[in-house]
Amino acid sequence: MLIGVPREARPGETRVAATPVTVRQLIGLGYDVLVQSGAGSASSFPDEAFAQAGARVGTAAEAWSADVVLHVSKPTPGEVAQLRDGALLISSLTPALDPELVDTLAARPITALAMDAVPRISRAQSLDVLSSMANIAGYRAVVEAAHAFGRFFTGQVTAAGKVPPAKVLVVGAGVAGLAAIGAASSLGAIVRATDVRPEVAEQVRSLGGEYVAVRAAETQVSSDGYAREMSDDYNLRAAELYAEQARDVDIVITTALIPGRSAPRLITEEMVASMRPGSVIVDMAAAQGGNVAGSVPDEKVTTPHGVTIIGYTDLPGRLPAQASQLFATNLVNLVKLLTPGKDGQIVLDLDDVVQRSMTVVRDGETLWPPPPVQVSATPAAAQASPPPAPAREKPPASPARTFAVVGIGAVLLFLVTAFSPDQLIENFTVFALAIVVGFYVIGHVHHALHTPLMSVTNAISGIIVVGALLQLGHTSTLVGVLAFVAVLVASINVFGGFAVTRRMLGMFTTTRPTRTPS
Amino acid sequence: MTATTAASAAYIVAGLLFVLSLAALSRHESARSGIVYGITGMAIALAATVGLAARSVEASAIALILVAMAVGAVIGLWRARRVEMTGMPELIALLHSFVGLAAVLVGWNGYLSVEARSGSQTEVPANLLGIHSAEVAIGVFVGAVTLTGSIVAFLKLSARIKSNPLMLPGRNWLNLGALAAFVVLTGTFVASPSLGELTAVTVLALALGWHLVASIGGGDMPVVVSMLNSYSGWAAAASGFLLDNNLLILTGALVGSSGAYLSYIMCKAMNRSFLSVIAGGFGNEGATVAAGAQGEHTEITADDAADLLRDAKSVIITPGYGMAVAHAQGPVADLTRKLTEAGVEVRFGIHPVAGRLPGHMNVLLAEAKVPYDIVLEMDEINDDFPDTSVVLVIGANDTVNPAALEDPGSPIAGMPVLAVWEAEQVIVFKRSMNTGYAGVQNPLFFRENTRMLFGDARERVEDILKAL
Repeated sequence: MLIGVPREARPGETRVAATPVTVRQLIGLGYDVLVQSGAGSASSFPDEAFAQAGARVGTAAEAWSADVVLHVSKPTPGEVAQLRDGALLISSLTPALDPELVDTLAARPITALAMDAVPRISRAQSLDVLSSMANIAGYRAVVEAAHAFGRFFTGQVTAAGKVPPAKVLVVGAGVAGLAAIGAASSLGAIVRATDVRPEVAEQVRSLGGEYVAVRAAETQVSSDGYAREMSDDYNLRAAELYAEQARDVDIVITTALIPGRSAPRLITEEMVASMRPGSVIVDMAAAQGGNVAGSVPDEKVTTPHGVTIIGYTDLPGRLPAQASQLFATNLVNLVKLLTPGKDGQIVLDLDDVVQRSMTVVRDGETLWPPPPVQVSATPAAAQASPPPAPAREKPPASPARTFAVVGIGAVLLFLVTAFSPDQLIENFTVFALAIVVGFYVIGHVHHALHTPLMSVTNAISGIIVVGALLQLGHTSTLVGVLAFVAVLVASINVFGGFAVTRRMLGMFTTTRPTRTPS
Repeated sequence: MTATTAASAAYIVAGLLFVLSLAALSRHESARSGIVYGITGMAIALAATVGLAARSVEASAIALILVAMAVGAVIGLWRARRVEMTGMPELIALLHSFVGLAAVLVGWNGYLSVEARSGSQTEVPANLLGIHSAEVAIGVFVGAVTLTGSIVAFLKLSARIKSNPLMLPGRNWLNLGALAAFVVLTGTFVASPSLGELTAVTVLALALGWHLVASIGGGDMPVVVSMLNSYSGWAAAASGFLLDNNLLILTGALVGSSGAYLSYIMCKAMNRSFLSVIAGGFGNEGATVAAGAQGEHTEITADDAADLLRDAKSVIITPGYGMAVAHAQGPVADLTRKLTEAGVEVRFGIHPVAGRLPGHMNVLLAEAKVPYDIVLEMDEINDDFPDTSVVLVIGANDTVNPAALEDPGSPIAGMPVLAVWEAEQVIVFKRSMNTGYAGVQNPLFFRENTRMLFGDARERVEDILKAL
């Protein structure tokens, strides 16, 4: 099959969907590759380099009429019209925000995969352009901030006097935020970061940042890897925190995005006004409405009292060679997934959650939105729902069979009991109920406590001492001796079992005493 | 209120306290109160029983009771204080054998005080004599199986005998034959109780218990220990039927069913059916496979390992029985503290059947003061390996064997394992290139991202500590 890589027509788009390196990889997977002339010029990949890698260099029409078209930014309706019937388009499509484009695509007998709809599961990380682009954007945001900031990032003591280090606040510690934290702290700045998800604190620290928590009772544990909207109380306390930080820091980088919604307004005009002249704000959410009051998409504005607000929306594109390389590698990884035979033939497997989530249109049929994918089973989520019963994983037995087994068991128990003397019946009742109780009591034991549990049950089964005690008073000497030995060994069990369990439990310690192990 | 009703009431209270005790043990926070419940229940039960016995027997018998219990208590407390955490599986197996022994003795006493005196006894009415005899036979049988089974398990765990499975020809038929013989013997014993038959039942059960556990390999020991735990409960319940004592029945059934359920959890963690574990013989098919599946392994020194750890962002330690054998939990805990202070995220991944009894690794790490919230179980941590810089495999083998997932022909195929090989680097602490308990060769050792660190795990970890 032929893969076409057209030149990006969207104004300001500098990236390209293939590099000479990925062209070689695509050819290795059994495909022919056609690159539109000049497609890589904005990202410093000349036509000759593509030709050397084994690609054919052709026209826009040729590239758009290939079997598979790889593209970076959203295609225009005119471009969609150029696709041949049965073609596969792989591109950013923002299907959640742009239903018109989805309709346009569905009007053609084509298949379209959205690179920006990769689910956030570990297996799909190699395909996730949102992550790879956010990484670049975070880095670039720091570079843009440093460029606009009239001072050093790092602190120095020089012969000409002491230079304090810059203080950077990163709002939102997602991929972009973490990249920004890493870049800013390696430039020497003091970096603080905040996020609605407290579990990212470790990640922030791992990159040299300091995690600043919002002092609210409510926290968020994300089940799909993205942040969600927060309650009013939380937002109020967060606003206090931002206001306090804004007075103190030199640089603010905001990355707060909620998928499928406009960006939350976090930094108000008063906060901007409270910052020192010369301070810089980079609003990485400017395209989605902005986190910062006064930010203008794609522009750098300076407020009357000297605070620069950068609202560039093409931050990844400002590192075109790097962005192209990562984007193209994501595409290659997807093509690999779609080419299980490595024979140049695309096989779309909709049973695979990754492929299903990305598929917007298949052969003219709209498959958007995909079913939700649960990507992280967090402890809190597990607490909310009861632990699954051990039998649940098995395919449930047919009701008829279950009833038959239960029925036979009940009849047998009935017969055995009905023909027993009274005393035995009472014993059976206790026996049967105790078995059931034992089963349920043990079902919720934490795995780490299995050993203490066993030694306690062991101590408790030393209850047999009671039986031996009752026999000890017997007249026969032999019986007495045997009972004496039985009492002795059972006592070892009782005392030893409890003592050793106590010792074991005394050792279990925690760093966070309030946390409930689930 | 008579003394008898008072005792019955005390038994009900004690039984409920035991249920509470087990329930409280399911969470760390309440675990300690679980012990208090258990001890209180046991104290109430003992006091009630002694009180009951005091009415019918002389003071000398009471003195004997107190002497026996005092001696037992001293031995038990002394063993509990002295035992090392690494020796916990052996101790628990040994304690199970005591319950088995007591059950056998109680059963024999039942026979001696009732059937052996035939006409002259007054304890059991004639129409219930058959049931009593059956209860004696069953009680002795379960007790004796528990007794020898636990002794063999103890010997295997303490390495006094080889832990390889014993492979008698037709071993499953031997077990089934023993069961059939037991049913027949019980029948004839009920018909005409005699000392010979009871002896035969006892010997048969002792042999069965010995063979049952002897034919199970060391790798399945966690299941065996919890299975024996269950047996000891059933033995107590059988004694309860014999003595018409509801407290014994209740407690025995409680312990029996909880032990059985625990065994079931263990089996599921190894993707094996309970029957196949009991049938035994696992662990030597791999010995022949081992020769074929070889490859090149790469060694690493402790200094280089220290460098890797210093540069790592996150580290996962997956310990196994080897850590217990080498007593390496202390140095491992020091390593964890040191790395955590240096900003490295350190966590532990525990396979459900790591070690030789359920939760073995957790107890060892707790002893070494590793906080339990960084000690995670397999399902909690398995997805994190791809984002992990370094994995330290300390004395684990089968539980980190990729063959379980990748080689359908492997004896451990389908067993859930810790996917350590997905991490950037894996360092395997190992004595030599010998196979693990299952006797299965481990392709992990030959992976490109695996480095072998040979030698005693404790010494090697201390070397790394020094280098850090």
